[in-house]
Amino acid sequence: MAAPDSRRGRLRTWLDERVDLAALEKLAKKKEIPVHRHTVWYYFGGMTLFLLMVQVATGILLLLYYRPSAEEAYESVQFLMTEVQFGWLVRSIHSWAANLMMFTLFVHLFSVLLLKAYRPPREVTWFSGMALLALALGFGFTGYLLPWNVLSYFATQVGTEIPGVIPLVGPFLRRLLRGGDEVTGATLTRFYGIHVAILPALTVLLLGLHLFLVQKHGMSIPPGVERRGGGRRTMPFLPHFLLRDLVGWLSALAILAALAAYLPWELGQKADPFASAPAGIKPEWYFMFMFQTLKYLPSYILGIEGEIVGVVGFGLGGLFLLLIPFLDRQTARGQPSRLFTWIGIVIIIYMIVLTYLGYAVSPTK
Amino acid sequence: MMRAAGFVAAMWVALLFVSAWPSPAAAEPRGEGCVTCHLETGDDRLEKPAKEFGKEDIHAAKGFGCTACHGGDARAAGMEAMDPAKGYIGKPERAQLTQVCGRCHSDARFMKQYNPSLRVDQVAEYVTSVHGRRLREQADPKVATCVSCHPAHAIKPPSDPRSSVHPLRVADTCGRCHGDAKYMEPYKIPTDQLQKYKQSVHWKTMSVKGDLSAPTCNDCHGNHGAAPPGVSWVGNVCGQCHTVNQEFFAKSVHAKAFTQMGVPGCAACHNNHEIRETSDAMLGTGQATVCAGCHAASDKGGKAATDMRGLIDGLRGESDKARAILLQAERAGMEVSQAQFDLNGAKDALVKARAAVHTFTVQGVKKEVEVGLTISEKAYARGVRALDELQFRRKGLAISLVIILALIAALVLTIRQLDRRGGAPQGKTQETRHG
Repeated sequence: MAAPDSRRGRLRTWLDERVDLAALEKLAKKKEIPVHRHTVWYYFGGMTLFLLMVQVATGILLLLYYRPSAEEAYESVQFLMTEVQFGWLVRSIHSWAANLMMFTLFVHLFSVLLLKAYRPPREVTWFSGMALLALALGFGFTGYLLPWNVLSYFATQVGTEIPGVIPLVGPFLRRLLRGGDEVTGATLTRFYGIHVAILPALTVLLLGLHLFLVQKHGMSIPPGVERRGGGRRTMPFLPHFLLRDLVGWLSALAILAALAAYLPWELGQKADPFASAPAGIKPEWYFMFMFQTLKYLPSYILGIEGEIVGVVGFGLGGLFLLLIPFLDRQTARGQPSRLFTWIGIVIIIYMIVLTYLGYAVSPTK
Repeated sequence: MMRAAGFVAAMWVALLFVSAWPSPAAAEPRGEGCVTCHLETGDDRLEKPAKEFGKEDIHAAKGFGCTACHGGDARAAGMEAMDPAKGYIGKPERAQLTQVCGRCHSDARFMKQYNPSLRVDQVAEYVTSVHGRRLREQADPKVATCVSCHPAHAIKPPSDPRSSVHPLRVADTCGRCHGDAKYMEPYKIPTDQLQKYKQSVHWKTMSVKGDLSAPTCNDCHGNHGAAPPGVSWVGNVCGQCHTVNQEFFAKSVHAKAFTQMGVPGCAACHNNHEIRETSDAMLGTGQATVCAGCHAASDKGGKAATDMRGLIDGLRGESDKARAILLQAERAGMEVSQAQFDLNGAKDALVKARAAVHTFTVQGVKKEVEVGLTISEKAYARGVRALDELQFRRKGLAISLVIILALIAALVLTIRQLDRRGGAPQGKTQETRHG
């Protein structure tokens, strides 16, 4: 028994001399997680990160078979699903994990919003988080088209039409997204490039910044908890919090496996640009609230096209959310800020109700 | 032959005669003068053409007036417009109609100005029709002439759904006379064609599926040259669309036998006007089969019919079995679209085998059935493989879930142990402030 121990000891010393293991260990042991009634929300950031890792791993495997052209995309996914060993599992997990990740990302976002974790000095953490949300939506939008099936084709046509209504830059944006006037093979290749190269590169940068800032500032204790004198109890990140994190990740993995085995992600019919659009085209669920809102808007609002009002409105809404750390002065001063709590709740209710309507109401309404 | 040639010659003479009328182009401007008086006569018979023509008729739409057909002088204000010296002919007699219409419609050069794709052989065809022959030979006042099918003063192109000769209305137009037992009494021919046609698969295809290329009366009988297909050329008529079946039939033992027996080819098994949707039940020697009409189960033809039916039923069964298992796999979430697509080959083979029945040889049918059976077997095997794969996935899922749950349980135990020991040395009550 002594020999292996001494071998491990020698390896440790060797590594310590080169990468300063002791410092890393010290850093890890120093990390503390506040324990209070809202601690549960801390897990969602980690869960999102775990699902992102699942995405990266399965995405790389998909890359081995996927062919980004209008002629071959659908067939390559079909081949992967039917002929490649465990290809079905990899694709189904990639699709389901993407949706679960969007869900945990939204939970993380709104928990941070309602618990006011964006307040100083975490403004930049909030900005980087918002940018990561935008990247995740970009991942979802571009990835949806890649199997080149009927639904994704027409949903992308509608989706790329929407930025086209933005005044001045709209038509340029639409052409930039589509790589032409219509959704074609050029769009597919473009989306592929964005999905596997541009967005991942940006994500690495922003995620690095986001995680660095989380480490730097530690976990935020909600102001309400702090005011009541709570949040002084902590637990060490290693191993207490990480083990709990692992329980969550394993549960997510179990859910993913069950979804992939019982509800494998459908491939649908191959896209046919010359066919008429099928009834009831829907975007991915996380875009549904915006899609449904645009459907409810009248043709003209105060002489401006309803669609333009909607798109510009969502843009301003996003900007408002981004700038919340600067707008919510009361929280910044350490005072209760009920207004922004209510704004957060209204946004959540609005998104849930409109998403529900998007699925419940007839597609023509 | 001599009589027919004489009639055609007479028609040409008549055409030359009527060409003494003002040319159609010169008939413009439209006959406002005629309309003004006709609307004031108080006689419905005289008012009706004036009312209909302007708003309904394609000729009016193209700029033709009353004088284009009736002759006379449109510029004259009073009754002198109807001066026979100015070519006025009044209401054309039935026998005159083909000449009146043919004056323009048989003139290729003239018709090109208005509709270059329109045929100009209507009159030539009409004289060969039963209608034309009876008019010529017996001066039959009841036979159809141009205006019987194309109502004078309200003529519309066949593409217009309101037209009496639009594909969907042709049967009713013919049926107006041919479905009228009283009107048709002197001719001693059946009057149930319309009623039977409306039971047929052809009418169903046209009226329910909206396929205007499905056959109606004129597609089998001709329109201007309408005549019943003779016993020996029924197959040619059906073969216009059912090419493969017709080719098989023409080379078959039945082609010769039916001709000798005076049985009208296709119609012997499929009827003529009441052509129902075919089914495999027609084949064989059972009660509902058409073969049993001539063959006994024990004769050579009866045995061949039984064998052919067996082959087709076999392929249909195998193809259905493969389709069902693929559907089951698809509903369970397996990706089997390629196998489903490939199975269409079996459907094609079944269609070909059904067509090959018209060879009336077991070998002919077997050749097609074997292709379909191979495809069906492959598709079925893929369905079985997909369902096996599904079971494998579910077992794999169950095993991996057990492993994951065991890991979770182990983690929870570890966490509890850690908590019970009071956590790490830094303790739970460290006075750290974050945020």
